Amino acid sequence: MLSRTADHLYWMSRYTERAENLARLLDVTYQMSLVPKPVAAENQNWRAILALNSLETAFAESYDKVNAENVLRFMVSDPNNLSSIHSCLRAARENAHAVRGTLTSETWESANATWIELREQKFEQLMTTGIGQFFEWVKLRAAVTRGVTFGTMLQDEALHFIRLGGQIERADNTARILDVKYHVLRTNGDEGTSDFYRWGALLRSLSAFEVYRKVYRDVITPARVAELLILRLDMPRSLHACTKGIVRILDSVKNDHSAETERRAGMLHARIHYARIDDILKTGTHEFLTGFMDDIFELGEGISQDFLMPVSEG
Amino acid sequence: MSINFYNEMYDASGAVRPHYRAYADWLAATPAEKIARKRAEADIAFHRVGITFAVYGEEAGKERLIPFDIIPRIIPADEWTQLQKGLRQRVKALNAFLHDIYHEQAILKAGHIPREQVLNNAQFRPEMMGVDVAAGIYAHIAGVDLVRAGGGEFYVLEDNLRVPSGVSYMIEDRKMTMRLFPELFSRHKIAPVAHYPDMLLENLRTVAPHGVEKDPTVVLLTPGAYNSAYFEHTFLAQQMGVELVEGRDLFVKDDTVFMRTTQGPQRVDVIYRRLDDDFLDPLAFRKDSMLGVPGLLSAYRAGRVTLANAIGTGVADDKSIYPYVPDMVRFYLGEEPLLNNVPTYMLRKPDDLQYALDHLPELVVKEVHGAGGYGMLVGPASTKTQIEDFRQRILAAPEKYIAQPTLALSNCPTFVESGIAPRHLDLRPFVLSGKEIQMVPGGLTRVALREGSLVVNSSQGGGTKDTWVLED
Repeated sequence: MLSRTADHLYWMSRYTERAENLARLLDVTYQMSLVPKPVAAENQNWRAILALNSLETAFAESYDKVNAENVLRFMVSDPNNLSSIHSCLRAARENAHAVRGTLTSETWESANATWIELREQKFEQLMTTGIGQFFEWVKLRAAVTRGVTFGTMLQDEALHFIRLGGQIERADNTARILDVKYHVLRTNGDEGTSDFYRWGALLRSLSAFEVYRKVYRDVITPARVAELLILRLDMPRSLHACTKGIVRILDSVKNDHSAETERRAGMLHARIHYARIDDILKTGTHEFLTGFMDDIFELGEGISQDFLMPVSEG
Repeated sequence: MSINFYNEMYDASGAVRPHYRAYADWLAATPAEKIARKRAEADIAFHRVGITFAVYGEEAGKERLIPFDIIPRIIPADEWTQLQKGLRQRVKALNAFLHDIYHEQAILKAGHIPREQVLNNAQFRPEMMGVDVAAGIYAHIAGVDLVRAGGGEFYVLEDNLRVPSGVSYMIEDRKMTMRLFPELFSRHKIAPVAHYPDMLLENLRTVAPHGVEKDPTVVLLTPGAYNSAYFEHTFLAQQMGVELVEGRDLFVKDDTVFMRTTQGPQRVDVIYRRLDDDFLDPLAFRKDSMLGVPGLLSAYRAGRVTLANAIGTGVADDKSIYPYVPDMVRFYLGEEPLLNNVPTYMLRKPDDLQYALDHLPELVVKEVHGAGGYGMLVGPASTKTQIEDFRQRILAAPEKYIAQPTLALSNCPTFVESGIAPRHLDLRPFVLSGKEIQMVPGGLTRVALREGSLVVNSSQGGGTKDTWVLED
């Protein structure tokens, strides 16, 4: 397969995944903001979203203050913010457009339809009809696109690169959400009743609330939340599940010069596979997660060099 | 203008022509409400599938639908048989001309075409002199534009031998008709067109370079996602099952072309390129081209890769060469041309220029190197100011223009806002040349949707119709 084709497939998938995770995170933050609390505390939650994507500076260039409406506008429909849902879905569609011949028509039409429908939705309108409905729509469209992709595409290299992009992005996003939220929750850990809602919200933003209940059948504790989202292999958005997926996919697409990338992926997976939550908590979740995100970034670079944009002509 | 137009569906007395009878009956019996619903369905479907084209000069990246009209253009079997013969003959002569021009130049020596007309033509590529291309074929894919005039006779309007487009609409229009009105296909025996990509792939494989004839790697080279015909590029590549490549996906090493793949470099043997000559190789042609492949010309000249179409075919479809095509048919094939040429005034000739200037309101004036319906004057449809404006442009550089009588393009009933009304149309069959000459029956019918307009190009507000060749 052409390297450029693989590149488009990989990024189409990353952007789709990113939009979905962003929608989930914004949805939960919005819902949490409905729980009565001081304004300062609420705005801290919105600030955290900007920090999550290192967007504080870009935000400050166009908006005067951090509040729910501004952050939502910036993260949902601002075309100048390359991390907004709008921009992600556009990028996903553009990447799909570039390789539409490689996709099944259902997959292409799904990505295209998402973009066409998104363009018709104005932010003001979303706020009046209920932004929650919009987030539901984004999640639904991501599910539809993923569904038709896995339901219709041949299980060949094209699908491997789509899956690879999805897993890399998901690993990064889970680590990112966990890192920021965990940090905020731990430092502002006023032992009130709202704690349950906050940890619950974090779980929900990773589709892990019901899973938590099912697995632990007990109160929500930070240690268990971390364990679930980092170490549980059967939790589809956990770091463990993602890294295992990456190792497997790399094995099916490997080529003559990808050995180093495969090795790094294997190392990363092994570190999580054999980790204990107590050790992670002892070193510090933040340290652990930032280290993980760096490794995922390196892995992404390696994948780019080995498969997606090889510079050598030999 | 009081010209008698030939109507494809009705004869002069207003009676339905025999080959349209079954269709006209069906149309009359179908409730207007159903038609309206189906037309809306077609619109949504085309949008969702993304069968769009980008329009130059409009907002960057903006895509528009080419309007699809549900009333088909129907061609009876015997008429198509005649057209097909004429098309084969014409394309055969054009390929013979191209081979001759880049080798012995016999037709120039015999004095049939003025030497400078060919050799000073910007489309003539000296780099191609003496190069032997596979099977001696230059124009592997030709899109010959035909129009029907008042008396019902066909004329060739132009021969598109560089990168003719539109064949994807031919196929998609048929798919759409079958989806909307399947019942029509049991009432008519309509020749299929969906196998065009197979035919094209087979054609491309027959012109592979020496040594790789068995299993050549074919690719389709596109300028990229922002090209107006990008939909078609992806469509054809997918239908043929070949890679859709951009210039940056290819590189040349030791006069061999490779593509960059996830498994390392892979050799490429045949390139169906949808990129103009000028952009193919920055080392040989335009230095600023980011779309091409450095070293491609060298690999091509070395016979290590086939380009379809060949470099330098533009010299045969240039409007200044067009008037000589009938001479080519006689010279190379020793036959009388079966297809008519439109009488053409070459404004570089003083007499022709004078005539044209005296008759501008009745003529169509075109730029010799123009395409896509840009930069042309349709006399009868223009205001005095537009005509005077064009007169100045002609006087400034007469050699850049040709003039032709305004043809009374045939029309066909078409859905427009006010209901069904006649609109003018043309026909572009796609002729494939490899070891043999083949084509699928029919082609792309383009229709000018504006009342009275004779310009059918999609960039100028044209639409398309499904084209049926009826089988006996």
